[in-house]
Amino acid sequence: MMIGRRKLIAGLGAGLTLGGCQKILETGPVDGFAQSLDLFTRDAQRLVTSRDALAREYSAAERSPDFRANGSRTVDTPEYRRHLAQGFSGWRLAVGGMVARPLSLSIADLQHMPARTQITRHDCVEGWSAIGQWTGTPLSHLLKLAGVSDKARYVLFRCADRYGDTPYYESVDMIEALHPQTIMAWRMNGQPLPERHGAPLRLRVERQLGYKHAKYVTGIEAIADYRDIAGGKGGFWEDRAGYQWWAGI
Amino acid sequence: MSGLTIFNAHPHLYWGQYGANPDTPWLRIGATNDKQGFLRIGDFEIATTGVLGSWQKDGRTQTRAFPHWATLPSNYSLAAGRKWHFLGAWVLGIAGALYLVWSLLNRHLWHDVVPRRAELEPRHIWQDVKNHARLRLPKGEAAARYNVLQKLAYLSVLVVLLPLIVLTGLTMSPTMDAAWPWLLDLFGGRQSARSIHFLAAFALVLFILVHLAMVVLAGPVNEIRSMITGRFRLPSENGPPEKTP
Repeated sequence: MMIGRRKLIAGLGAGLTLGGCQKILETGPVDGFAQSLDLFTRDAQRLVTSRDALAREYSAAERSPDFRANGSRTVDTPEYRRHLAQGFSGWRLAVGGMVARPLSLSIADLQHMPARTQITRHDCVEGWSAIGQWTGTPLSHLLKLAGVSDKARYVLFRCADRYGDTPYYESVDMIEALHPQTIMAWRMNGQPLPERHGAPLRLRVERQLGYKHAKYVTGIEAIADYRDIAGGKGGFWEDRAGYQWWAGI
Repeated sequence: MSGLTIFNAHPHLYWGQYGANPDTPWLRIGATNDKQGFLRIGDFEIATTGVLGSWQKDGRTQTRAFPHWATLPSNYSLAAGRKWHFLGAWVLGIAGALYLVWSLLNRHLWHDVVPRRAELEPRHIWQDVKNHARLRLPKGEAAARYNVLQKLAYLSVLVVLLPLIVLTGLTMSPTMDAAWPWLLDLFGGRQSARSIHFLAAFALVLFILVHLAMVVLAGPVNEIRSMITGRFRLPSENGPPEKTP
């Protein structure tokens, strides 16, 4: 059986439409499968990545001329406006959960601790990237200072920004939390952290996508499990839109 | 497909390490304020209303880059698109690795796919181009072997396109970049890798369309049976009447 040119062209046109199968993903077992695949990807990536493998650091000249701000660009509450007007002198960061010595720190307190400066690339889940310089307090230092329990498996970040009535939050596991480039940043490109980038304090967790980098952080909690918190998926976008908890890819 | 869903989240492509809205893309699909779709490559722009940037679904105009019939899922969901994409990536990666190891071990790649020196003579290649253009496909014993255009197409997919797709895909992962920083050097940055990933995927789609067309032309029942079972009926030397000059 051989087919001539004319039939060929007609046949190609008919074959080009694609049916939708998105409903499949919304059923229970398939959603469970998608989550297992997510953790399988994490385990596979961990297999080839050493715990302390550093994200690439760039030179000052390689920075984005204009670093795109995304997600919340401000916090629309009178309380936040007041903090902003006062230069965040009254902002407190609570460090709690499964720790021996809960802390309450001002931005000035953080700035008197050991700091790390890094020029890194921010990769958004949408596909774009921007390079900027960040200075902040290593999260590992804060966790050590608070005496984090051996039983803690994740670190949860509570934020001042909200989508409607729902506060933003995120979580990372201990390997990412204790990574040397994971910092609570209070400076960006040599200036105090700008409002649209999460002033006065945001997370930088450089081996993960942008939605993990919680902004406007008010609290850090060491926890054993995130499933009993908020929507139970470990982060705002994980609960709201089904983004993967593992954001290493 | 799911890659087009992900592209729709940010329908710009850049070269280099970084690239976001304030930066200059080399490719952009979008819509003007009055919902006219366009594709812009460098300074070149074409109107694409109805297909790219602006299209109709259920009687309503939508302004995503790729239309619903080309994306997986067909509604816009970055999260679901990524789940399908990484499922596909694992299937492609594992199957591809098994195929490569197997084809190297049993020398299938070397015996059947790598062209012989004589086949690479310009005259031989040109003759094969002419045969394909006239849809004069090989008959008899010759049909049981890959011809030179076929070999070159398969080889470029197997050793260029597919590895390129896998490696540029990995370069977009911030964890993989920390593990294997040479990926960033190899492709000149994450945004370059994203552009190459997109171009290679389109090249693969082009290959698949031509491949399917050739299977249909060469006799789909015989060809598909031979792909699965290895049993292949040689086309008659005389050919069907409409093909004789």
